[in-house]
Amino acid sequence: MKNEWPLWEIFIRGQHGMSHRHVGSLHAPDAEMAIKNARDVYTRRNEGVSIWVVEANHISASSPSDKGPLYEPSESKVYRHPTFFDIPEEVGAM
Amino acid sequence: MYAQMIKSEATQDDPEKLAAFQARIDAGEKIEPKDWMPEGYRKTLIRQIGQHAHSEIVGQLPEGNWITRAPTLERKAILLAKVQDEAGHGLYLYCAAETLGVSRDEITEMLLDGRMKYSSIFNYPTLNWADIGAVGWLVDGAAIMNQVPLQRTSFGPYSRAMIRICKEESFHQRQGYDAIRQMAEGTPEQKKMAQDALNRLWYPSLMMFGPSDKDSVHSAQSMAWKIKMNTNDELRQKFVDQTVPQAEYLGLTIPDPDLKWNEERGHYDYTDPDWSEFFDVIKGNGPCNVDRLAARNKAWDDGQWVRDGLLAHARKKAAGKHAAE
Repeated sequence: MKNEWPLWEIFIRGQHGMSHRHVGSLHAPDAEMAIKNARDVYTRRNEGVSIWVVEANHISASSPSDKGPLYEPSESKVYRHPTFFDIPEEVGAM
Repeated sequence: MYAQMIKSEATQDDPEKLAAFQARIDAGEKIEPKDWMPEGYRKTLIRQIGQHAHSEIVGQLPEGNWITRAPTLERKAILLAKVQDEAGHGLYLYCAAETLGVSRDEITEMLLDGRMKYSSIFNYPTLNWADIGAVGWLVDGAAIMNQVPLQRTSFGPYSRAMIRICKEESFHQRQGYDAIRQMAEGTPEQKKMAQDALNRLWYPSLMMFGPSDKDSVHSAQSMAWKIKMNTNDELRQKFVDQTVPQAEYLGLTIPDPDLKWNEERGHYDYTDPDWSEFFDVIKGNGPCNVDRLAARNKAWDDGQWVRDGLLAHARKKAAGKHAAE
């Protein structure tokens, strides 16, 4: 059996009201130790108020080669942006 | 630099794919781990990031040597924080290397058995407290020269690691300059120690940037790939130009009688380090090569039962949880 500690991806909430953001990864034997290590590795200078850890092999990622089918359809839907519509000035802010 | 003498790996990939890859880099796009990349790019980066990571880790040894003997509690707390940062820098970089398909254990073992190198500078000893100030000032100062441009490197995880590291590195250089400044402004004996530290560490610091451009044939490919941003001599010159006024402020003398401002070039002329010494240190014959590797090997071996024990505990707990479900 492979005896290397699993890899964990670390997400930190920088301040109250913000989302957690991916900051990096580290190795740890379990979730509890991953949080303890993340505190030492990624919050030495008040960078966080909350930590999420996820074992890296539980993350599924889209493939770079699917970029076309995934994202191109939205390029033609310009009407999804508010600036697509001309609103008469007389109407005021909208 | 922290990564010295990294030879670009030859690449035998589909020319069309290579051209498209180069176009992405030229356009300033970041390459991410799952993107297609030439084998040479992958291998060169593993070696370069790995060597950089090893340097951060081995670099803790000469400074850790003085934590228990720092002159005041404040200096001790500062040095402890600095050395802890270096561990963090090593971890950021190891994780970046791992995204390229090498495991942490593999890359660690390559350091331990000598297949991978770390920066030549850490094979020099820290003989007294003045050396700790000089290391922060000169060694971290030299590292910053290289790391700041590397924030723009083409490989996303490496670039992000560099950004984090650079945020923290300025503290390292400043605490070193502050420590050596206190000695330079202290008693005559303290000032003498500061000068002695500069005398011993000046040329090894210049060596950190690697051999002179005329002897460094590996740069072109790495620069095209944007994993090397400046030539060795460019960075060395920048470091000399920045450091000379800092030494003057301290009333210390750079140990180079031929050092002088060149009005025409707008740079200081300086004497190159003794490159035969550099190559000798790289080969393993520096004053501390044997000690450094022995210390890393001992730490790895002594930690084995901790790694195994925690993993066994985690597996047992996970198995118990599954059984309960």
